[in-house]
Amino acid sequence: MSPSPRRSKEREIVKYVLLFVDDEQFAQELQAMSQTERERAYERVRQWMADNAHVIRGGNKLQGPQTATTVRLGGGEPIVTDGPFVEGKEVVSGYLEIEVEDLDAALRMVRTWPGCPIVEIRPVES
Amino acid sequence: MSSSRELSHGELAHVVREHAGKLAASLMYVTGDFATAEDLVQDAVLAALERWPVDGIPQQPDAWLLTVARRRGIDLLRRQANYRSKLAQLEHLIQPEPDDRLRLIFTCCHPTLSREAQIALTLRVVCGLTTAQIARAFLVRESTVAQRITRAKQKIAAAGIPYRIPDDDELAERLNQVLAVIYLVLNEGYLSTADRVHERDLVDDAEWLASLLHQLMPTQPEVAGLLALIRLHRARDAARFGRDGSLILLKDQDRSLWDREAIQDAIALLSRAARQKRPGPYQLQATIVACHAEAPTFEETDWEQIVLLYDMLLGLAPSPVTRLHRAIAVRYTSGPRAAMAELDALADAFQAYHLYHATRAELLLELGRPDEAQTANRQALALTANPAERAILQERVALS
Repeated sequence: MSPSPRRSKEREIVKYVLLFVDDEQFAQELQAMSQTERERAYERVRQWMADNAHVIRGGNKLQGPQTATTVRLGGGEPIVTDGPFVEGKEVVSGYLEIEVEDLDAALRMVRTWPGCPIVEIRPVES
Repeated sequence: MSSSRELSHGELAHVVREHAGKLAASLMYVTGDFATAEDLVQDAVLAALERWPVDGIPQQPDAWLLTVARRRGIDLLRRQANYRSKLAQLEHLIQPEPDDRLRLIFTCCHPTLSREAQIALTLRVVCGLTTAQIARAFLVRESTVAQRITRAKQKIAAAGIPYRIPDDDELAERLNQVLAVIYLVLNEGYLSTADRVHERDLVDDAEWLASLLHQLMPTQPEVAGLLALIRLHRARDAARFGRDGSLILLKDQDRSLWDREAIQDAIALLSRAARQKRPGPYQLQATIVACHAEAPTFEETDWEQIVLLYDMLLGLAPSPVTRLHRAIAVRYTSGPRAAMAELDALADAFQAYHLYHATRAELLLELGRPDEAQTANRQALALTANPAERAILQERVALS
């Protein structure tokens, strides 16, 4: 009894992308940590990844926003600018592709995420 | 068919409410698709609202609604791959289990939907309101409600919002979402009864939803608490309005018009819930209303107890509105000066809330500051559009 039209027949699954978002405060907190504290924080993230490895299908941590280039193709010559597409205090810092049974399962997983303060859950179009 | 005597809005709403959610739950079995089931129910409800006032309510309203839904459903299902097997299912529709309406409610009130969407979906799918009725009740445009519902249904399908009762470890939080939706329906209905132009009484819908939820989840004390709260309000309905439809404040109400039996029943319901020793904001609010309902006169109200209950409520669910209500109770335990001090502390939060200014005006008058009271009453008047409340405030401004 699934309200989702895009579940595969064999297994009840939905594909989501998790977008991880950092903000300034988080960056500062990370900066202020001692070497051991930081290693412990990374270890918590590694542990979370290991715990959820069975549903993770791919993903990456991204380099910082200062490395981003944005191209706008709004008619005429494409405009190339330095920096991310929205200049703001919140920046996408990574993404994961997951396959879980429904949005509740994705929410459960994200609730225990030990890293950056914001995560967007977006279903994948098939 | 029953005789085609004049049907009241209340009767019509009652029958639709009893059957709409059940039909939606049955159709979920067949279509497996929330949006399709929801559309079919809405079509059937619209057809019923058109035909029933003319033809009378059919002997078997559920069969009547199903026939309409089936006719529409065939067109919709034809476009789907396994059309024949689904069509067969539609012919022998499975009677929904009681729990199915619960699944429906939890899907409508999923925390990943906006509160407005949760309310609109619940009223449409579970209570069988039309988009137009929801729009009129909440004083928003019909197109706005329609868009909210369309978006929410798209999200339910595309984002994989499940159709099931939450697991035990999530139940408390998810139930809070449902209770908040019912509470907001109650509030909207309670305020809008003031102008009595609505064909659909939202307080009826709130009570019906709470009662259904209580029947399906009898061991949840907060559900019982909310139901008791709604019933305690309703029990005093007859005294809330004068002959001319004007609002009568609690202290001026004729308490002999209160439904004592309904009050005692609601208090019994609340006491049974309290035995579980799992207090919560709805049980506490109901207990506060019960204190008022049990007082023989306004002067004999147990204000000490009420202030204590507000303290407990603030401990569980801190909110400026609750602090404002507590300040009003403090007026009767510790006098207007103490209450005024409480209000002053809330000034920043409430510059745009009419009840804050109206309460302040009353206290200022008691403290012998009539000019400031007049200003406060005018501020309150400028901040509310509710006709019944405006009438009272206009009278106060004129009298001083």
